Amino acid sequence: MKEPLIFEKSADKRKGVSIPKSDCPELNPQAVIPKDFLRDDIKGFPEVSEIDAVRHFTRLSQRNFGVDSGFYPLGSCTMKYNPKINEDTARLAGFSKAHPYQSDELSQGALQLMYELEGFLCEISGMDAVTLQPAAGAHGELCGMLAIAAYFKEKGKPRKKVIIPDTAHGTNPASSHLAGFSVVPIKEENGGVITPDSVAAVMNEDTAALMLTNPNTLGLFERNIKEIADIVHKKGGFIYCDGANLNALMGIAKLGDMGVDVIQFNLHKTFSTPHGGGGPGSGPVGVKNPLEPFLPKPRIIKKGKRFNLDYNRPKSIGRLKAFYGNFAIMVRAYSYIRAMGPDGLKKASEMAVLNANYIKEKLKGRYHLAYNQTCMHECVFSDKLQSEKDVHILDIAKRLMDYGFHPPTIYFPLIVSGALMIEPTETETKETLDGFIDAMLKIADEAQENPALVKNAPHTTRLGRLDETRAARNPVLRWKG
Amino acid sequence: MSYIPHTEKDIQEMLDAVGVASVEELFKPIPDNLRLKKPLNLPASLSEQELHQKLSALGKKNATVDEYISFLGAGAYHHYIPSVVNHLILRSEFYTAYTPYQPEISQGTLQAIFEYQTLICQLTGMEVANASMYDGASATAEAVLMARRITNRAKVILNAALHPEYREVVKTYLSGNRDNIKEVFYCTETGRTLPDAIEKLLDKDTSCVVIQSPNFFGSIEDIKTISEVVHKNNSILIVAITEPISLGLLKPPGELGADIVVGEGQAFGNGLNFGGPYLGFFATLEKYLRQMPGRLVGETVDKNGKRGYILTMATREQHIRREKATSNICTNEGLCALSAAIYLTAIGKNGLMELARLNLSKAEYLKNGLANIKGIKPAFTAPTFNEFVIEVEKEPDAVLKVLLKKGIIAGLPLKKFYSELSRHILLCATEMNSKEEMDELADGLGKVMA
Repeated sequence: MKEPLIFEKSADKRKGVSIPKSDCPELNPQAVIPKDFLRDDIKGFPEVSEIDAVRHFTRLSQRNFGVDSGFYPLGSCTMKYNPKINEDTARLAGFSKAHPYQSDELSQGALQLMYELEGFLCEISGMDAVTLQPAAGAHGELCGMLAIAAYFKEKGKPRKKVIIPDTAHGTNPASSHLAGFSVVPIKEENGGVITPDSVAAVMNEDTAALMLTNPNTLGLFERNIKEIADIVHKKGGFIYCDGANLNALMGIAKLGDMGVDVIQFNLHKTFSTPHGGGGPGSGPVGVKNPLEPFLPKPRIIKKGKRFNLDYNRPKSIGRLKAFYGNFAIMVRAYSYIRAMGPDGLKKASEMAVLNANYIKEKLKGRYHLAYNQTCMHECVFSDKLQSEKDVHILDIAKRLMDYGFHPPTIYFPLIVSGALMIEPTETETKETLDGFIDAMLKIADEAQENPALVKNAPHTTRLGRLDETRAARNPVLRWKG
Repeated sequence: MSYIPHTEKDIQEMLDAVGVASVEELFKPIPDNLRLKKPLNLPASLSEQELHQKLSALGKKNATVDEYISFLGAGAYHHYIPSVVNHLILRSEFYTAYTPYQPEISQGTLQAIFEYQTLICQLTGMEVANASMYDGASATAEAVLMARRITNRAKVILNAALHPEYREVVKTYLSGNRDNIKEVFYCTETGRTLPDAIEKLLDKDTSCVVIQSPNFFGSIEDIKTISEVVHKNNSILIVAITEPISLGLLKPPGELGADIVVGEGQAFGNGLNFGGPYLGFFATLEKYLRQMPGRLVGETVDKNGKRGYILTMATREQHIRREKATSNICTNEGLCALSAAIYLTAIGKNGLMELARLNLSKAEYLKNGLANIKGIKPAFTAPTFNEFVIEVEKEPDAVLKVLLKKGIIAGLPLKKFYSELSRHILLCATEMNSKEEMDELADGLGKVMA
């Protein structure tokens, strides 16, 4: 069934939610605001009844696939179960109805929660200090890179370059660039990891940092990390770790022990907060002590039993957003950590890694495994075997929809041609994984026996494949009536 | 409580399939000297019931706008959120989904964002809007970066009546170029920005001028006159809006000459949440589309010719362009944008315009009521929407403290942000403030000032 745009369901003067009558004298706006400043219409704006609004968005929701709809093994995105209790705690009036400018005295619960969450994230990562202000992972990357830039500027020796491996998320070079750095790319070696030699070859005293992801985007642990960190540190640089893949390491190893100086956390990945169809996320940043003075302000400090916002931070990079960060997301992450406890978090990482290796073992042979070794929380295949029949990874992804699964990440990391990056997370049962494995194996058969079936997928969704080229060439970005 | 479903039997079968003896063996790629040898020092796990109790207790340590009579605004607004908003955003097909990279199974998110983009265009009078930014402040900073790209000029003029935290964020984003940021002072009589003052600062290296309307003091700016001055210099006019309910009453900035309109969409169906998550809206003219940051949803057709929606114009974005992208933004504020779309749909055209008039009536009533009190006067003369500044003869902190004892959070003292406004308080009245509450504030203030 077709669901029209809300503007197409509108009728002149139809009303949804009613607005109360004023208990103050009603005012003609023109009495206090010049007529030229006032509008008399909002052209095209919807006028629908409440039930039509409800049906419209309910139907739209039915055209969506979330973690609650089914298995969502989207590599690098950690689509784990989003516990319902966290939605409730975040909506408690004490959190959802607190104004950001009420005084510290009136905000002790919120400040305590944030202070404790910073402490939990320090403990999990081995960092000395954490700021919760950044709104998402890329925002955290910008925060970390600006702090590094400010550190060198304060020393009177600004540095210009950042080394980034070719396996990195696109946000890494984009954030570094925004922070004023130029990017020096390095390649991973045959083993799928970066080597001390390749870093030593480019590291110099104009290089502020090496930015890496560990485990990296191939799902492999960067086993040379300590040695690499030593090389970078000897030249006075920092190690920035993109924490997108922290789900493999909780309670297993601390990035701070490996020589990492800065890390951003993605609360919407590792710490179970929902992705919201594209945010809100939350991207706290952890640093070692030398970088702490440069973190955004305000910082939360504790004096005796009281918590306060500290704005007196002369070396701070300033602010990355208004107020204190995506607080309601922090409440969810805090709830998650308290529910899991230290044992639960460690078990989560263990089972995430077990699940990924289980899928890897079951699919290898039928799909080309880019790097045949023990993986961490995700594994990367490619379409090498299927492309002989002209079936590509996009086709395989679309066909998975017919089997009721959300496709894994495709065409990333860029260094694997036709990549398929599978991250099952720890919250899935063996039965679910087996169902996914069966579907993948069937698709491998179909690719050989009936390639057209795969190439024309999906067959069961409301819409077939959409025309991307048309959308980009002739952009229609709004309804115009 | 751990949300992990594995039984011992499952684990054993999976280990056998992988061909390892233990879970421990899977972590062999991590060198032993890097392995953690003791458990994390975190509080022990809680059951759901204990967790709820713990968090409830923590929440009760905060004041809320339910318990207190609050006149705080300043970029975060207390408005009524119709029940439909929360019910619909709790449809978990929406909130547990990722960014809609697979359009065939993400039409819900995609169509809703397409509608959101349209709603923002209609409200602001602009031609294109993106799928959202982190918040009003970071959207403002991104708009400044965009204006610098478009004009290839370095200098940026910020109005001093632009939200102080927005100005700070612009400075952070332009960290290497702070010397290029100039501030234009507001008129101390009207609380507005004088076009002449802007004109004096404009030069051939000026990329953009950023004003806020209604500005941080609540004063409604003369966008049209300012736009003429700015455009004479071929610079870009960026208009920031922190209280978008005002768009139900005021002429859209697009009709008055704005090139980029950004703002904070929190007031559209998103709670106060102690400052976040909120959403930045971002709208501009079609001719600047390719310089725009952020995600865009576009209309297209599927292979059978049926209408559908898809993420588009991705060649501006970081996952394709890496360091050459227009922004590093990836995850934005999708669900908050959805809340805004649902809110605006549910209250509709007439509802929004009625609500805006109601806010105006309330704030005018309060402003007039306070103006009658000896020792208090409105600080500025320009017309306002639902916020305004008063000047008090006594020390504001002391005044606020007395009122707090009566359960009233009377507003925001401005000296924290403006040293010259040491006797000034910013107040906001919305539909949530009853006449009775406002009378109580006036009564309380009258007694303090007496």
